[in-house]
Amino acid sequence: MTSPSAENALVKLEDVHLSFGPVQVLKGIDLTVNRGDAVSIIGPSGSGKSTILRCINALVQPQSGRITVGGTRVDQLARESERIALRKRVGIVFQQYNLFPHLTVLDNIVLAPVRILGIERRTAEKLARDLLEKVRLADKANAYPGQLSGGQQQRVAIARALAMKPELVLFDEVTSALDPETVGEVLWVIRDLIRDGMTSILVTHEMRFAEEISNMVVFTENGRIIDHGSPEQIFHVSQNPRIRQFVGGLSGGRGSLSDGEGI
Amino acid sequence: MTTAALPQPVSHRVLRNLGILALPLIVLVWSLADPTLGQEVVEWIPYLASGFAMNVVIAVLAMALGTLVGALFGILELVPHRIVRYPVVAYVQVFRNAPHLVLIFATTYIFPFEIVVFGNYLPFPDWVKAVIGLAIPASAYVAEITRGAILSIPTTQWEAAKGLGFARSEALRWIILPQCLRRSLPPWMNVAASITMGTALASLVGVHELLHAATDASTAVRRLDFTIIAYLVVMAAFFLLCYPISRLTRRLEGRFKAA
Repeated sequence: MTSPSAENALVKLEDVHLSFGPVQVLKGIDLTVNRGDAVSIIGPSGSGKSTILRCINALVQPQSGRITVGGTRVDQLARESERIALRKRVGIVFQQYNLFPHLTVLDNIVLAPVRILGIERRTAEKLARDLLEKVRLADKANAYPGQLSGGQQQRVAIARALAMKPELVLFDEVTSALDPETVGEVLWVIRDLIRDGMTSILVTHEMRFAEEISNMVVFTENGRIIDHGSPEQIFHVSQNPRIRQFVGGLSGGRGSLSDGEGI
Repeated sequence: MTTAALPQPVSHRVLRNLGILALPLIVLVWSLADPTLGQEVVEWIPYLASGFAMNVVIAVLAMALGTLVGALFGILELVPHRIVRYPVVAYVQVFRNAPHLVLIFATTYIFPFEIVVFGNYLPFPDWVKAVIGLAIPASAYVAEITRGAILSIPTTQWEAAKGLGFARSEALRWIILPQCLRRSLPPWMNVAASITMGTALASLVGVHELLHAATDASTAVRRLDFTIIAYLVVMAAFFLLCYPISRLTRRLEGRFKAA
């Protein structure tokens, strides 16, 4: 796509088709994400954005096409153990945070490194506290998820994903369930992360944010990628009428939603 | 404002404690009012107590066994493989809908009175059969509780676990089951109370437990007032065993709702 040198591509989707029963969700997706890049996927609801993310960490399996993540042919993984090995390398953050409510913030972050990676608990706790510092929640280590606001929970979820030291993090509409006041604090954390060079793929409705942090923006509709390119290209230059319509409310870089969905 | 709110709970607590002690108090007052009766009661209390110890032993063992098997079966009820799932579901449905007394009779008369292990004859006493007879329905109930608790955990928890690289069994062990524990404790305690009361059924197959002991005692003493007081003692004993369980259940339910 944006002329990636082959060895620099971390994620590569080629002609990926996926359907749930009779419903065709992805109708030939091509996407390349380079190491250290941030790619935003935008587009109307039901266009297959989240499904693209779920293909990348093998939560769903496409019917055809090639998916490569850092040398692993994801579409060819036959055994659950292979998919698990992949998921250890690919973090995912969900719209609804999905923290484990019976565990403290610290234990939420520590659980997977200790139980799945076999890291010693003390080392994992040290890492977890560093990550909490990073997401600005150092004082909440011993709180339970139920005691935190949505924005705080989502930042813990990001820290939890980072604790596995992933090569890639997938953000699936991570601010869509938040009240507007806390969206900002989550976006700060993601922005920091991307500046530190974390390869990230974001499905988002935060157009201004996507424009600011992305190396590439992808516009999907009805299971196809309609257009892709630099944020400038998609948000300001593209003449595609559908994209103009979708990002229309955004002229002048004002960061609000155009079509009433999201947040 | 706390002082204004205080009298109500205190009077409640006094009433509740009086209620809990009502049966023992009746027994005590009546025994004091009629010394000849009181003497009989004192004489027979150790015998009744030895019977009651058996109820406690049967209840504890039946619940321990039933919980162990039930938790396992509850997990197996959700296994994708039908060969595993169907027999377990059948077991649960059959024994959840069988009267406890029928199961106690069945285990008592189906199992032999002794078993041969490497040429040694080991006795297989009736009270052990009663334990098994009650453990079977307990396991069926606990299986349903476990299954329901697992299903009540949102699928997003499984998804989050999967996303972090947990295998199904690891997610179950570290994320799903710990959450089930809280949710299933109150219904588990209901089963415990029901099984505890069910131990009285063992008297019908000749196990020396409290009800059996009370019947023995009233037959021996042959006094109507003693017979009444003996059964009051039986009721008081079961009440004192089961009521705290149900109180604790309600407290836990309240606490989990708050959490």
